[in-house]
Amino acid sequence: MANTIKLRAKTKGGVTTVKSLMTHPMETGLRKNKKTGELIPAHFIQEVVCKHNGNVVMSTEWGAAVSKNPYLSFKFKGGNQGDDIELTWKDNKGESDTASAQIR
Amino acid sequence: MNMSMKRRLFLKGSVATGAASAAAVAGLLTPQAVIAAWNESAFGAKSVDDAIQGAMGSATTATSDAITIKAPDIAENGAVVPVSVKSTIDGVESISLLVEKNGTPLSSIFYLPVGTIADVSTRLKMGKTGDVIAVVKAGGKLHSARKSVKVTIGGCGG
Repeated sequence: MANTIKLRAKTKGGVTTVKSLMTHPMETGLRKNKKTGELIPAHFIQEVVCKHNGNVVMSTEWGAAVSKNPYLSFKFKGGNQGDDIELTWKDNKGESDTASAQIR
Repeated sequence: MNMSMKRRLFLKGSVATGAASAAAVAGLLTPQAVIAAWNESAFGAKSVDDAIQGAMGSATTATSDAITIKAPDIAENGAVVPVSVKSTIDGVESISLLVEKNGTPLSSIFYLPVGTIADVSTRLKMGKTGDVIAVVKAGGKLHSARKSVKVTIGGCGG
């Protein structure tokens, strides 16, 4: 899977706002395939970590109750224009993706 | 009852309890083994209290006015309910979001290192009308707030 993450970071008045959208089905494992009646196996992001210049600024643990194509936004103090922001997600099947962006 | 009958009963009883305790040990050990990677016991918990206990190590929370949950009063689509949590409490270590009426209430835990502001937004699935609960851990104490959201179309199953 390539490029499943949209990542934006903007700094204003010493506070950086990070916004990201991940493309992921976030299956709970409770839904049924309408045609076959079989359960669709659970497939959801369990872990999201965001780093600023290599330091963790946000780490999360998620369950299946987070919506499909998850959205995450948070703020942290510090951060300058041009600093690196890196976001990584990992799901219950061991898949993962990383994206990086520069603070604007 | 003669001696040999008693002995039979005793043996039966011990076998039964033996099997039960073995099962309990197995049940306890499985979530423990994966706890380092992902808090399966907390995310699999069926009740709000169990989920908070599993995630934070204690189910005792104090209701706090310093936590603001921003969520719609009426969510048209339970599959996508935007939720924001803000807190003015000092030294917030983590924020957990729970959906009271979901089969497994715990939806997410956000760990905030020093310097990260207690202001997170995400989107949750809600099975039916109920409360969204935010549990904020600060200075080793748990604070909580609730916001009721009316769901017109459920987001679980379907």
